Amino acid sequence: METLEPVLAAHPFLQGLDPRHLKIIGECASKVNFSAGEFLFREQDEATNFYLINHGRVAVEIFRARRGPVNVQTLREGEAVGWLWFGKPYHWHFDARAVQLTRALALDVKSLMQRCDQDPQLGYELMKRYAHMLAVQFRVAILQLGDMYG
Amino acid sequence: MCSQLTDPMLPTPYQVLKRVRETKDTFTLTLAPVKGGQGFPFAPGQFNMLYIFGVGEVPISISGDPDRPEKLVHTVRAVGAVSRAICGLKKGDTLGVRGPYGVPWPVKAAPGYDVLVIAGGLGLAPVRPAVYHLLARRPEYGNLELIYGARTPEDLVYRRELSLWRGRFDFRVHVTVDAARNGWRGNVGVVPNLIARARFDPEQTMALVCGPGVMMRFTVQELVNRGLKMENIYVSLERNMKCGLGLCGHCQLGPFFVCKDGPVFPYDRVRDWFLMREV
Ligand SMILES: Cc1cc2nc3c(=O)[nH]c(=O)nc-3n(C[C@H](O)[C@H](O)[C@H](O)COP(=O)(O)OP(=O)(O)OC[C@H]3O[C@@H](n4cnc5c(N)ncnc54)[C@H](O)[C@@H]3O)c2cc1C
Ligand code: FES
Repeated sequence: METLEPVLAAHPFLQGLDPRHLKIIGECASKVNFSAGEFLFREQDEATNFYLINHGRVAVEIFRARRGPVNVQTLREGEAVGWLWFGKPYHWHFDARAVQLTRALALDVKSLMQRCDQDPQLGYELMKRYAHMLAVQFRVAILQLGDMYG
Repeated sequence: MCSQLTDPMLPTPYQVLKRVRETKDTFTLTLAPVKGGQGFPFAPGQFNMLYIFGVGEVPISISGDPDRPEKLVHTVRAVGAVSRAICGLKKGDTLGVRGPYGVPWPVKAAPGYDVLVIAGGLGLAPVRPAVYHLLARRPEYGNLELIYGARTPEDLVYRRELSLWRGRFDFRVHVTVDAARNGWRGNVGVVPNLIARARFDPEQTMALVCGPGVMMRFTVQELVNRGLKMENIYVSLERNMKCGLGLCGHCQLGPFFVCKDGPVFPYDRVRDWFLMREV
């Protein structure tokens, strides 16, 4: 079976992670492809995967009645999309759609979280990266809300 | 301009040759002297005072090609009485022009450097002459990158030119908007985030940044985080102006008169005033 560790190691979200931890994450990962226009997930779907984008572009969209989908963010190779650390089943608040052919690694959130509980060091490493990602998202959201170009 | 030999406050009459709508409230005007002649030389980043008879006078950056000074080009957004009146001018109408004023972008000091041009909203207008200058002398510079953001795709100015620039192999152009409807295949996100995608050697990079205050603050912060030296980051500042000549003090920012000492400043020189909220 093909090992995903080299692909995982190359993704900025996991950069610098111990090979032992990469191996554990690899057990929760699968390769996924989305063609242009295909949805990674849709609003209200259960958020079962955390995606690491390796190639392509993904539009994060909010669907508005009458106006249709509004693209609020573009994600591309090297970036991640998804939720971690939610105990209860969590549902997406938005749609994510491939703008062009997109290759990603899908991490199964449930099994990843179980492994983090068993190995707090892995949990801490992932938490640090996830917190950074959320902080960046938060800053972006504030800037967008503030209408920088006023 | 010859009028300056007599009275520097006296505007020269210019005529609108062409008026192009850029967005719902922004227009690009091409002007020529009513009396004929060749126009006047200017450097990228300089501005003129545009005077509408009976309404008032405002500073507006020159947005045309400095290698073609015979065409005086200004891009104006209608925000108040004077700018609205300028935007309302039609082909053949006249207005007064005096200038050029101000310290330009340091493009002449940039050969050998990678250059990042970063603009938000109408901030692309004051840096467009710098882009023309850099592209006309492309071999003299390292990597050239433009990062440009606006609220929505409909708010982007110079769209035709942006797509021409994107077609070049020697100029990387990143365009982003805050939100877009279906049909926009470009990037959605904020300008400071795109800096991570630009290729540059922080030790040998000059950044020209122009846009609204918030956008510039976050952009400069990101550039500093990426290792750019503060003295190599240039910002263009806006202040209300009256004389444009360093005489009236209307445009004062700390110890500087923006009309004479700027509008383009190295960030390390204006940092304290740039970050101050009250001024
Ligand atoms: C060096 C320099 C270069 C400039 N270059 C350009 C340019 O290339 N194109 C251009 O369109 N403008 C440019 N400006 C800004 C322009 O001078 C002002 O928009 C103009 O003075 C507004 O005058 P007004 O009489 O139309 O509006 P005012 O009556 O003075 O203002 C009306 C309203 O608009 C707001 N306002 C004023 N200025 C701005 C602004 N810049 N952006 C958003 N809201 C504003 C005011 O707070 C007020 O609420 C430049 C300013 C400077 C200092
Ligand atoms: S506008 Fe008069 S000193 Fe600057």
